[in-house]
Amino acid sequence: MNKKWLAILAMATLAMVAGCSSNPPEQSGAAVEDHSANTIKNADVAKVTPDKLDGTSMAALKDPKSILSRRSVYFDYDSFVVKEEFKPLVEAHAKFLIANPKMKMLIQGNADERGSREYNLALGQKRAEALRKMYSLLGVRDEQIEAVSLGEEKPKNTGHDESAWAENRRDDMLYTGEF
Amino acid sequence: MRTMLLTRLRSALASVFFALSIFALSFSAQAQLTIEISGAGANRIPLAVADFSGERSISTALVSVVRADLERSGLFKLVDPGAAAISDSANIAYGDWKSRGADALVVGSVMQMADGRYEIRFRLHDVPKQAALGNMTYVATSSQLRTAAHRIADYVYEKLLGEPGIFSTRIAYVVKGKGRFELQIADADGMNSQAALASPEPIISPTWSPDGTRLAYVSFEAKKPVIYVHSLATGQRHVAANFKGSNSAPAWSPDGRRLAVVLTKEGTSQLYTLNADGSGVSRLASSSGIDTEPTYSPDGQFIYFTSDRGGSPQIYRIPSAGGTAQRISFEGSYNVTPRLSRDGKSMAYIARNGGRFQLTLMDLATRQTQILTDSDKDESPSFAPNSRMILYASEIGGRGVLAAVSSDGRVKQKLSVQAADVREPAWGPLIKN
Repeated sequence: MNKKWLAILAMATLAMVAGCSSNPPEQSGAAVEDHSANTIKNADVAKVTPDKLDGTSMAALKDPKSILSRRSVYFDYDSFVVKEEFKPLVEAHAKFLIANPKMKMLIQGNADERGSREYNLALGQKRAEALRKMYSLLGVRDEQIEAVSLGEEKPKNTGHDESAWAENRRDDMLYTGEF
Repeated sequence: MRTMLLTRLRSALASVFFALSIFALSFSAQAQLTIEISGAGANRIPLAVADFSGERSISTALVSVVRADLERSGLFKLVDPGAAAISDSANIAYGDWKSRGADALVVGSVMQMADGRYEIRFRLHDVPKQAALGNMTYVATSSQLRTAAHRIADYVYEKLLGEPGIFSTRIAYVVKGKGRFELQIADADGMNSQAALASPEPIISPTWSPDGTRLAYVSFEAKKPVIYVHSLATGQRHVAANFKGSNSAPAWSPDGRRLAVVLTKEGTSQLYTLNADGSGVSRLASSSGIDTEPTYSPDGQFIYFTSDRGGSPQIYRIPSAGGTAQRISFEGSYNVTPRLSRDGKSMAYIARNGGRFQLTLMDLATRQTQILTDSDKDESPSFAPNSRMILYASEIGGRGVLAAVSSDGRVKQKLSVQAADVREPAWGPLIKN
């Protein structure tokens, strides 16, 4: 726990330093013609640009070799418990969120198609909420995470049997820029 | 087209089961709902609707729409009126109609006026009493002729049954196409459908404001469920609830001022009420589990809802001012989506029976229940404003269809849009004219 809080503190400090920096990241620099106007513009941009402290871990979100590219957690029938097998995945994402405090995550809970749409929406919410609570316990700030439900509306597998339903009882994790 | 439909009606009357396809004389190229009826009420009134004099001068079906409306209710047995048009002022040979077996007769005339509009006059006769029951005149442009036909059917229905007809009401539903969802509004007979909203993301839970001018619904266009209130006449809409988490299951209070909604801003799905403009949010109930699918009782005193607080999803009610929740459903382990009849005496809901999800009706005084369908994927029940029929979503061959069943389970209708997936029906209110 101590180590983690140290890490958070270190990252937060770094983030502050980066946020205060008057030099925008080099790759965003465009051809400068009117210097004074550009300074104001760049200062504005620096305020809203997501923190990109760690370029390598940003890329990891999409790198199939990184655990962070895995974004789904599956649930048993009528269950809202994040299974043991997904804990390393959740911990990796928690670490990433703590290291990148400006990144936000949208957790979309899902349910299989059986029964009422609104009740299924509530079941998906319960799954999203279960995952959100885990992140909270792992030290991710509440402001970084929103847990929502898509209910039965966006099935990953459109089949109508147990194997399809199992794929649809799921939480998906989306990062800033993906939702 | 009219004659063809009539011929079909005549032959259909001979059989217990009949299917009636209503073809659109549509102004648009949109796919229309087709309605198929089976079963009939116990004591159908034998009724003849004669061709109106002058109707041949108009290109739009009129009398056939009146006939189809009344037939579809399952409460009338249409008697063959013969081929002769009979005007509203004609002398009626009651004896002839009695021998044809008609207890009631509608006659009328259509006349084009100098300004191009049509004057439609009609008269309803009581055959056994040999007397006119009433008459009415409507003026309509050529594009309003279907509306006029529905009004005539409403008039006849109310005169003969003593309760309002619902043929002039509208229904809302969602059509799922390829990567596209449309919130459509149609006449109660499935005609004149218009899209109020099209979105690449799902739309669910449309519900009519009590005055029929607005719809509240849940749209996922922001990658999460958000509640909107949409004015149909202007096409303008506003966000009614977009809190952190999910926002869903809107239900109008009977006075149209407030919405009961489900928010998750404090964790699981919980009940709140708010003003239709999104202000004045207040928590209604508190449970450790899921509370969802609120609906007001017609007198506004209670909110019925689904909750898993007892371990399985069951129906409860709570005073709409807040208070103690009372469990309503007890049989079975899955009872959801409560909707109350206009008189507040019965509740339609979906019950799971051995893996089948079926539309069920409960008499709230006796708690007696009746399964109304033999399908197995029923959802989203919605009472007609006169409570005679319940519209609901079901599935046939993997495709969503709308269906309606009379509250006594006797008359069944299937409404389907060709090659489309239809769901989430909501029957609109009676509009006072």
